[in-house]
Amino acid sequence: MQILSQLLFAAVLGFGIFRFSKNVGVIMKNIHSGRPLNRNDRNKERWRTMLRVAFGQSKMTVRPIAGILHLIVYVGFVLINIEVLEIVIDGLAGTHRILSFLGPVYDAAIAFFEVLALLVLVACVVFLCRRFAVRIPRFHSPEMRGWPMKDATFILLAEIVLMAALLLMNAADQQLQYLQAEHYKQAGNFPISGFLVPLLSGMSLESLVWVERIAWWFHIIGILVFLNYLPYSKHFHIIMAFPNTYYSKLDAQGSLPNMESVQNEVAMMLGLPAVNSELPPPESFGAKDVTDLTWKNLMDAYTCTECGRCTSVCPANLTGKQLSPRKIVMNTRDRLEEFGKERDEKIPKTEERNLHSYISAEELWACTSCNACADACPVNIDPLDIIIQMRQYLVMEKSEAPHELNLMFNNVENNGAPWQFPPSDRDNWKNDLN
Amino acid sequence: MSEATIKVPTMAEMAASGQAPEVLFWVGCAGSFDERAQKVTKAFVKILHACDISFAILGQEESCTGDPAKRAGNEFLFQMQAMNNIAVLNGYEIRRIVTACPHCFNTLKNEYPALGGNYDVVHHTQFLQELIDAGRLKVEGGSFKGKRITYHDSCYLGRSNGIYEAPRSVLEKLDAELIEMKRCRSKGLCCGAGGAQMFKEAEQGTEDINVVRSEEALATGASIVAANCPFCMTMLRDGVKHYNKEHEVEVLDLAELVARANDL
Repeated sequence: MQILSQLLFAAVLGFGIFRFSKNVGVIMKNIHSGRPLNRNDRNKERWRTMLRVAFGQSKMTVRPIAGILHLIVYVGFVLINIEVLEIVIDGLAGTHRILSFLGPVYDAAIAFFEVLALLVLVACVVFLCRRFAVRIPRFHSPEMRGWPMKDATFILLAEIVLMAALLLMNAADQQLQYLQAEHYKQAGNFPISGFLVPLLSGMSLESLVWVERIAWWFHIIGILVFLNYLPYSKHFHIIMAFPNTYYSKLDAQGSLPNMESVQNEVAMMLGLPAVNSELPPPESFGAKDVTDLTWKNLMDAYTCTECGRCTSVCPANLTGKQLSPRKIVMNTRDRLEEFGKERDEKIPKTEERNLHSYISAEELWACTSCNACADACPVNIDPLDIIIQMRQYLVMEKSEAPHELNLMFNNVENNGAPWQFPPSDRDNWKNDLN
Repeated sequence: MSEATIKVPTMAEMAASGQAPEVLFWVGCAGSFDERAQKVTKAFVKILHACDISFAILGQEESCTGDPAKRAGNEFLFQMQAMNNIAVLNGYEIRRIVTACPHCFNTLKNEYPALGGNYDVVHHTQFLQELIDAGRLKVEGGSFKGKRITYHDSCYLGRSNGIYEAPRSVLEKLDAELIEMKRCRSKGLCCGAGGAQMFKEAEQGTEDINVVRSEEALATGASIVAANCPFCMTMLRDGVKHYNKEHEVEVLDLAELVARANDL
């Protein structure tokens, strides 16, 4: 019986990890379908950024209530997973609480995890209240309808259930230790689940073992299911936040990248020497589809956890325009997923579909490039970079700029100013200086 | 002081006489052509003159940096403008540039280097702070003493380039009461003009961005809204007008405030 349970555990664990790795592989492949971009420079600065922003949650705490609640769930997640390590060893080796040889350290750790588990549980309940009772507006924008809302709710409920299972497991374990049941050695300190023991006190030894085992299995299978849910969910940010902040844009936020591919052509037009004669002439301009974006834009898309801080500070969105930076990032991921499935022949390919099937010109033209979205993002996503590349496609490839912008282009080109003034009047202001 | 005629030499004139200025004043399109922004240009020139700064402008050799073209997705046009400007700037061996427009500032500083234009670029609010710190410019509050001033962070100086303190430290010198808006510094709300919005009608929405921002500025009870950008200036003035407050509340650039404090 014991060996059967160990084998079953190994099989479940192996399958869970295999499937997760496979799905992560598909996501990596999707991210790599983006354009090249060098973000392997300034390593020290990159590590520092990652430690500060992802590990240290520096941008989360800008909004203190959500920041602190998130910090609890984050610390809880990281630390309680140490206990999962024990569960995995126990499951594979058929032992029980194998790390309990650590004595007082173990007891203190278990006590600490229990407190954390309760805090995580409470934080998730508060998160649900913020979402559904307080109805914080950024959780109810149009792009949150349907799957994104279900996703968020499921994650919070799953965490509540997982924490409850952990506490219930400990409660049953205590009662079994108290009854001096076989295998259940005296170990751990249970400041939270101790309160649940009276609920179990009337149960027989056999039923208690059942409760403990079911809670144990539920907890570990729950974690494996959750792990496999990540690649389909916004919750994937718990992994992606780290590489995504490492590869952050380190230049001044206001600088837009140089489009190297047109430099030779422009130089030629102006009669200047070619900048880089080895550079092939560009095939297309700007972003028509996700593959025209850089891999970092695509990594951004998989990192987004749809918190909506970007949209809640976007001046266009605040004044009722269609643009929502969060939607831009979510649409990029949705289209990338669709593109990946087309590529892997899981769905039929349709020629007409591209990123612009998801994002309208009206949204793109409403952006003021103010960078509030990028500044607000707790994991350094840059929605503006996607917007500008999509504008480039509309303007340079399709010649579909709004009429007034075409007039501005003409003025810049002919008069050297966005307005229709003759260049010879440029320094007329000097004449009445006194 | 304003009795004396202020000479504004061009680089061409300077170069012809074998001189090199301490700094090039990049006037920008708004500063050159927009009637309201011209006043800022003049105020800044008066300060430069009063501080005995050797400066020059490009005059008719200056052309749009390409900022609105780049942000509107026209990289061709941007690079044409940039490469032409860089040829002129490098031709005169320009090292240091000061500009009163945060859009020009951002483009010259952050986007020209990739195309071969490397200069020490400062925004005029930084330059003013430098002059004050170096003791070359004395600012005493005088007419602003005790007045309530609120400061609007432009996106291209603030979030885009992280410059929040220089303009505030210049304002402090005016002995005025600086009252921050609800959204300030990195959280400052855009005026609505960036990203080439200045040159087009806004998309369909429920409100105008500049009206929302101006409402915030008016809510501080300030009689002066300090700006550092010609586009913000236009947007905020329109917003103040929207609330019929243009007679009680002035929108002024930092250079104008300093010039006025010094009776220039």
